[in-house]
Amino acid sequence: MLKRVGDEINPEGAVITIREADFPVPFPLGLEFNSPAHGNWNIVHTGMLMPEAIQIYVCADNCMRGVVLTAAEMNAADRFSFVTVEEENLLNGNLEDVTIEGVTDVLNKLKQKPKAVLLFTVCLHHFLGCDLDRVYEELGTCFPEIVFVRCFMDPIMQKHGLTPDQKLRKAMYDPLIPKEADPHTVTLVGSDFALDESSDIKRLLKSTGYTLRELPACKTWEEYQQLGRAGVFVSCYPPAKYGADMLAERLNRKHLYLPGSFDYGEIKEEIRRLIQNLNINYMRKNGVEHGRENCCVIEERRDTGAYENDKKEGNEHCINEELEAFFKREITLCEDSINHAKSILGDTPIVLDYLYHPRLLGLAKLLLEHGFHVTTVYLDSISPEEKSAFDWLKLHHPDLELRATIQTKMRVLPRGTEGKVLAIGQKAAWFSASRNFVNMVQGGGLWGFDGIRRTMELMTEAFLEERDPEDLIVRKGWGCESCI
Amino acid sequence: MRQSYKIIPIYTADVSGVCSALYELGGMVVMHDPSGCNSTYNTHDEIRWYDQDSLIYISGLTEIDAVMGNDAKFIHDIEEAAKELKPKFIALAGSPIPFMNGTDFPAIAQVIETETGIPAFSVPTNGMHDYTYGAGLALAEIAERFVKEAEVRAVTAASDIDRNSAYSEVSCIRPHTLNLLGVTPLDFGPQANVDAMKQTLRQRGWEVISTWAMGDTLETLSYAGEAEVNLVVSSVGLPTAKILQEKFGTPYIIGTPIGGFTEELIQAINEKAFLHNEAKKADKNNIPAAYLKNRLAGTPQITLIGEAVTMGSLAAALEKQYNKPVRVICPLETHEGLLAPNDCTADGEEEMEQLLKDAGIIFADPLYRPICPPDSTFIELPHIAFSGRIFLKKIKKCGIFGDLNDIKLT
Repeated sequence: MLKRVGDEINPEGAVITIREADFPVPFPLGLEFNSPAHGNWNIVHTGMLMPEAIQIYVCADNCMRGVVLTAAEMNAADRFSFVTVEEENLLNGNLEDVTIEGVTDVLNKLKQKPKAVLLFTVCLHHFLGCDLDRVYEELGTCFPEIVFVRCFMDPIMQKHGLTPDQKLRKAMYDPLIPKEADPHTVTLVGSDFALDESSDIKRLLKSTGYTLRELPACKTWEEYQQLGRAGVFVSCYPPAKYGADMLAERLNRKHLYLPGSFDYGEIKEEIRRLIQNLNINYMRKNGVEHGRENCCVIEERRDTGAYENDKKEGNEHCINEELEAFFKREITLCEDSINHAKSILGDTPIVLDYLYHPRLLGLAKLLLEHGFHVTTVYLDSISPEEKSAFDWLKLHHPDLELRATIQTKMRVLPRGTEGKVLAIGQKAAWFSASRNFVNMVQGGGLWGFDGIRRTMELMTEAFLEERDPEDLIVRKGWGCESCI
Repeated sequence: MRQSYKIIPIYTADVSGVCSALYELGGMVVMHDPSGCNSTYNTHDEIRWYDQDSLIYISGLTEIDAVMGNDAKFIHDIEEAAKELKPKFIALAGSPIPFMNGTDFPAIAQVIETETGIPAFSVPTNGMHDYTYGAGLALAEIAERFVKEAEVRAVTAASDIDRNSAYSEVSCIRPHTLNLLGVTPLDFGPQANVDAMKQTLRQRGWEVISTWAMGDTLETLSYAGEAEVNLVVSSVGLPTAKILQEKFGTPYIIGTPIGGFTEELIQAINEKAFLHNEAKKADKNNIPAAYLKNRLAGTPQITLIGEAVTMGSLAAALEKQYNKPVRVICPLETHEGLLAPNDCTADGEEEMEQLLKDAGIIFADPLYRPICPPDSTFIELPHIAFSGRIFLKKIKKCGIFGDLNDIKLT
């Protein structure tokens, strides 16, 4: 039985309707609460994606504990080391020495040296004006065979600049050595999860003979280095965009930012961009098949200039027609999937959160357009990418409730709802106390039309089968190993 | 190098210690930090989220506010939250950046208390000390500010406990009662373990007035001055014991009721109470660590790693059970007089590994295993302050010290 604290409180400031909400920050800022839903990946989880690398953190005890136990919980303690910063290091101003000596000591103790070290410095290094160039230079001299990756755990900077997460998603691709581009290879940059095999991008590339490389699938340093061979880089996860831009600029390649979406129009536009940039000649070979696997077949005209020749020969119109037919089939399948989910869920209240997918308002819009009973959206701010969905919801569903997740009152406002509720996302599950919840974070491997259909499947599964939130959502890093 | 760690984790730090100690008391605890302290505490150092609410927050300190010394925002945000949430007190805990900036927490607490009328205090943490330090100071502050004079409460308290007539009337102290000091999930795990400890004491004639601080409210803790004795069950409780001794003259005994050591501890408590009643004053210079009295000399055959008082008590229990000298290695900041001649402290992984080199039988948290000799006998003793929630299921099943009778030592 949960013991509550204090008296009943007014939810004002933590709960509003979208009609009243300001863009992009609908709730007043202040002290912050951290709900115990931990499935989102942190910098340790993401850093572990780099094969044959270890992470070394240099920070104070309290900050350290969070990251070292993240590694331990994912059974990766052997790839994590650290150096503690003490009071005297701050007062004596010898943070450079401590960092260099500590990292050197750790590396000297290792039986087998890693290919790379993700070295995380922290807020203290920044505030003390630590000479990081000297740190990396000396370490590089001592261990020339090891690549030192400049990583940061400096959340004090994140409200006015790049987050540590964004910086890491850039830094993790810094060791890629410039190589000749392979025009038939695409690299997905900055995602924690490999795209689902059935995702539109994967199907499209697979059917045209392109190779898609993804960091989460790399097992060796050699495989990792192959990521740099791509002719085109694609990023789908918003925090990855900065790093992908930097990488493309450094290697002089093209970068396509194709964020996961729940909007048919946007998905179509993104697929068109991908096809155009890869010079793929789209030709449907087979009719519509049932299921995701065979709903389109695309052939590529690899020979140089084929696409241009097609254009000259007036085939562009034909290509577009074929593509439109593909879209039509995909949308039909999506609608079938949505209708099927609706027939099962009926008018069950649905609550969703930002942790499930970066485009949560887009998802809310899709669901409301199709008659689902979406009651509440949990978020703390609204992405610029969601402005149009926000405006649409404000206009068409002004009574849609927005609830903060970090606002102080959320700690004490009653959790739980009467009757069965479907929660989409871990935070929604925590706040609604629903045992019927979709357990996924950051959009998982969803993408495109397939992502919509997978979401419907996940919603249906969650509706039909209860799960234990106390066991599942407290686990860090959804999809990682967890020993708790 | 002392500060480098290759494989083992680090203990809970002072900021989380403050939060853990004050979690159940109805106050609001604010960590002045950008982000990390909150998620660390929330995820790895706190196991009560599903059982009980608590007003634990973070300030979300930004670079601009830190550089500009914008304490006004910190104060404003706290006062706004306090206005709505009406906490019983406000506790402030600092992290590394405010420490470096020299943020004047006592002054900020004073401003907040003046402007809100809510008792406010700061605990001088900076994220670079152990939880024993932070939690200890936090509870001591509660003792200093919220425990009432025994005389004031005597009339109302009389109906609660069956008093031993003449003695009680004179002293306003409830006979055969004690407070448990230094109880947090970091050392003791879930409430069930604390309830079992209280039951053990009750069965031996000692009623627990208050437990600092699990399972009791701030109101209950405010009656702590009525106890005949204080029992310090972890080093976290020692600063509180000293405050209560200073304020009310309450004597204290240090030790945790574990296995075969329990009877010895009860005897020590009885003696302490008797002697104190006789002398009517406590000997402030005497560190009454009961578990140190009858420890075996000689080369240690068993090694324990962990917090000084709980491990010292376990050492006493094991020595009785196996008649083998035991050594405690304490890797935490601790107080004088809590370790036996065979015991020692260890500062960092390197020193710990060195100390364990010749250890044959080791009781420690499972995450110490990688630095123990491969041929040593390793008995798992999960400690939340070290491995967090990783072994929580085991702790729930077997208790915080496991079942000593199940252990087979050769």
